[in-house]
Amino acid sequence: METRELTCIRCPIGCHITVELENGEVRSVSGNSCPRGEEYASNEVTHPMRTVTSLVRLKNGKRPVVSVKTKSDVPKEKMMDVVKALKEIELTAPVKIGDIAAENVADTGVDVIVTSNDD
Amino acid sequence: MADKKADLIIIGGGPAGLAAAASARKEGLQDILILERDTRLGGILNQCIHNGFGLHTFKEELTGPEYAARFIKQIEDEKIPYMLDTMVVDISSSEDGIKTVTAMNPDEGLFTIDARAVILAMGCRERPRGALNIPGFRPSGIYSAGTAQYYVNIEGRMPGKRVVILGSGDIGLIMARRMTYEGAKVLCVAELQPYSGGLKRNIVQCLDDFDIPLLLSHTVVDIKGKKRVEGVTIAEVDENRKPIPGTEVYYECDTLLLSCGLIPENELSGKLGVRMNPVTNGAFVNESLETSVPGVFACGNVLHVHDLVDYVSGEASLAGKNAADYIRGEQLSDGEVINIKTENGVRYSVPSVVRSGHMPDTLTVRFRVGNEYRDTNLAVYLDDEKLMKLPKRVMAPGEMEQIILVKSKVMDILSRSDRSEHEVVIRVED
Repeated sequence: METRELTCIRCPIGCHITVELENGEVRSVSGNSCPRGEEYASNEVTHPMRTVTSLVRLKNGKRPVVSVKTKSDVPKEKMMDVVKALKEIELTAPVKIGDIAAENVADTGVDVIVTSNDD
Repeated sequence: MADKKADLIIIGGGPAGLAAAASARKEGLQDILILERDTRLGGILNQCIHNGFGLHTFKEELTGPEYAARFIKQIEDEKIPYMLDTMVVDISSSEDGIKTVTAMNPDEGLFTIDARAVILAMGCRERPRGALNIPGFRPSGIYSAGTAQYYVNIEGRMPGKRVVILGSGDIGLIMARRMTYEGAKVLCVAELQPYSGGLKRNIVQCLDDFDIPLLLSHTVVDIKGKKRVEGVTIAEVDENRKPIPGTEVYYECDTLLLSCGLIPENELSGKLGVRMNPVTNGAFVNESLETSVPGVFACGNVLHVHDLVDYVSGEASLAGKNAADYIRGEQLSDGEVINIKTENGVRYSVPSVVRSGHMPDTLTVRFRVGNEYRDTNLAVYLDDEKLMKLPKRVMAPGEMEQIILVKSKVMDILSRSDRSEHEVVIRVED
């Protein structure tokens, strides 16, 4: 039996979670105060996921860059691939929140969407 | 005679000002004016492009600009007037209760506005290098974390390539990840205190994820470089925060980011004569978030520095509602006055006084502790009677705490209390 200690990142409370693993399978999760914590902990010890927030370049905008995020979580080990892919993207103003900046970014199956308005 | 008039002036169009305005309008107040010194509404949220905002307010996880946009839409939909590029330079209050706000902008120059009530929502700013007593030269390459955040996220420019961060405030932690994403090497985060100043989740997702070491009880003892930072020396400190000789380590870097605390921006409040709390550097307020100057309310980071914008919005909504009530001239008797005293590890509370006649059915009292506490209790007494004792696994200065006072319970105790001066005491207990 393997034990992993985690700090939940699902919300700012930051619960201290203990996960018990056996042969790579989650046996128990404790210390969380909500179901999101259990989901986070189970994912974190098997296939950790993160939302990536970054920028892409913007043409003809009030500002030279515009903020973006992955529409849902991507595998943690793909974070830097996503960020790298975003460096190749340039949008043209006007852009608004929810616009798609990139589809299936870095082959994660996840789209990247714009998170600020520049019109 | 002032140049303009408004029932309610809100100083600052960031998260606090926006929520206050939306709430005052919801209460039926028509004549509202927001004054914002930046070129757009939204305040610091515009540069906080990371996620984690809105879990309480909108039940979903938003980035800063998305969170701001939701409130800006309310302002636009409600056609609440605002002036951008407008800097308030003075507020005064006359004997008849009229507040005169002096402001300026490029179109109108200097002008005055008379208001019946004012909400202070100016936010806070970062503690600058000058307030930190770091020895060494004064080269370029030293930025507050928020300034670096502005350069990267708004202007799309990188402040440097090899980075050391002093202070583990949330903006510093967020910038450690941001700079790494943008190709910089972040060598370490040094924190003078034996505990982090930021949220635990940010240590996990901004430092641990990228193997950036957090050096607790460490500080910068020297900065090398005349024109540009060439490196910094970091040493461990003892329990009195004094560097321990022999522990110095030199880090070659071109950039030093400072994330060493936020200070409410209260120059205007001070000039107005608002009574200030030296612990928070914000105003003393009552249960209605009203300062010592009647009709002047405060909310958000200008009142006390928050960790969560959701709490700022909630607090500001309350200030907006109370300002609308004040302007309507609702006459409530003060009832009993209860002072809130904080002791034994609890540093301050907002509010610091409660008038029972104005108390809502439930009143949220927020505060911070001064040290890291594990497996203790938070005890609350009213006139020596125990109101609650809450077990706490962890409390830390970086995370704001709150309790909820229930009016019926408070009134019940007051009715049998024979004390002439009433007091709520909040303290850490075993």
